[in-house]
Amino acid sequence: MLRKLFPHPYLTLLLVITWILLVNQLKLGSLIFALILGTIIPLITAPYWPDRPILRNPRAIVGYILIVLYDIVKSNFIVAGIVLFKPNSQLKTTWITIPIDLRTPEAITVLAGTITMTPGTLTADMSGDGKSLLIHCLHAPDPDAVRDEIKARYEARLMRIFE
Amino acid sequence: MIHYALTFAFACFGLGLLFNLYRIFVAPGVVDRVLALDTMVINIIALLVLYGITSHSGMYFEAALLFAMTGFVSTVAYCKFILRGDIIE
Amino acid sequence: MELIAETIISLLLVAAGVFGLVGSFGLLKLPDTMTRLHAPTKATSLGVGGVLIASMLYFWIFQGKLSWHELLITMFLFLTAPITANLIAKAHMHRYSKQIKLPDTGTDSGWATFEDETTEVHPVMTRTRAAPAPTKADH
Repeated sequence: MLRKLFPHPYLTLLLVITWILLVNQLKLGSLIFALILGTIIPLITAPYWPDRPILRNPRAIVGYILIVLYDIVKSNFIVAGIVLFKPNSQLKTTWITIPIDLRTPEAITVLAGTITMTPGTLTADMSGDGKSLLIHCLHAPDPDAVRDEIKARYEARLMRIFE
Repeated sequence: MIHYALTFAFACFGLGLLFNLYRIFVAPGVVDRVLALDTMVINIIALLVLYGITSHSGMYFEAALLFAMTGFVSTVAYCKFILRGDIIE
Repeated sequence: MELIAETIISLLLVAAGVFGLVGSFGLLKLPDTMTRLHAPTKATSLGVGGVLIASMLYFWIFQGKLSWHELLITMFLFLTAPITANLIAKAHMHRYSKQIKLPDTGTDSGWATFEDETTEVHPVMTRTRAAPAPTKADH
């Protein structure tokens, strides 16, 4: 019964938070309306997403977000330094292939987004069977180190959250 | 002090807009133009929020939010067009 | 207290301005399209993020009203920046596929952008089980 009424509990939560942020004040009326919207929209759109994403360890998300935010700030300084002070001739841009062990689409999407937002790397493509990612590096003297860091720092954590 | 910082930020993002405009006119390919347009949208969002601070009004956030959404959708549409020659298949 | 808040807001605004300018400057300075893609996606995220946090603090401390829908714009930009970057990279690879030398995928199939659209690909990444193959009893 509860499962039928809330086919996607995380979507409901996201909609409620988004509506509260959009209204910009915490009143009982807007909270009730947010709950109504958060119930109706997943019910109507449920046929389009038949199975819900599995989160095995939702509490690890907070730690992951903090790490990614720290890396985004760090990457900003690194990229700004490269843009301002490194001559173009000294840039070592490379393409890297990263084999991935994650299998769920949500986990791969999060990994690709994280790689794009963090220091000097950018996800460009995925192989047709979803087993490796194509990464472009702005300045990577040692491509293997970049690959190992991504696998150890992000993929291992996502593995714990999603699978 | 905030006043000077605001002026400085206005100048930075305005100059950034000019850089993007130059990149739109002088670009090696169409992909660079799309990228420049995308960056332009982000700069405009920043300018709108800055203007909201100087005029003490919250009115401009809605505009900035709408700009962020239309900017994202238009960039995706451009890229789809380059990739497939069609937007809605 | 006022002075501290004012200093923090000013620092945020100045840092955001510098990062936004660097992002747009990278668009001019870097040598080719793929490297140019790095500058705006990264530098401007902190640029706009700084401006939005400064605006939130300003309205909270000097106007006395707690305003948090700036968070919504920040969230939206952080979610969409990787997607636009990925799509622009795909468009670039598609358009200049002759000039770019890509590494091997390490698996059986090629990169998704260059796969043949007409051949049918098995959906490898869905959790739903594939339909069972038709047997003789179906006919």
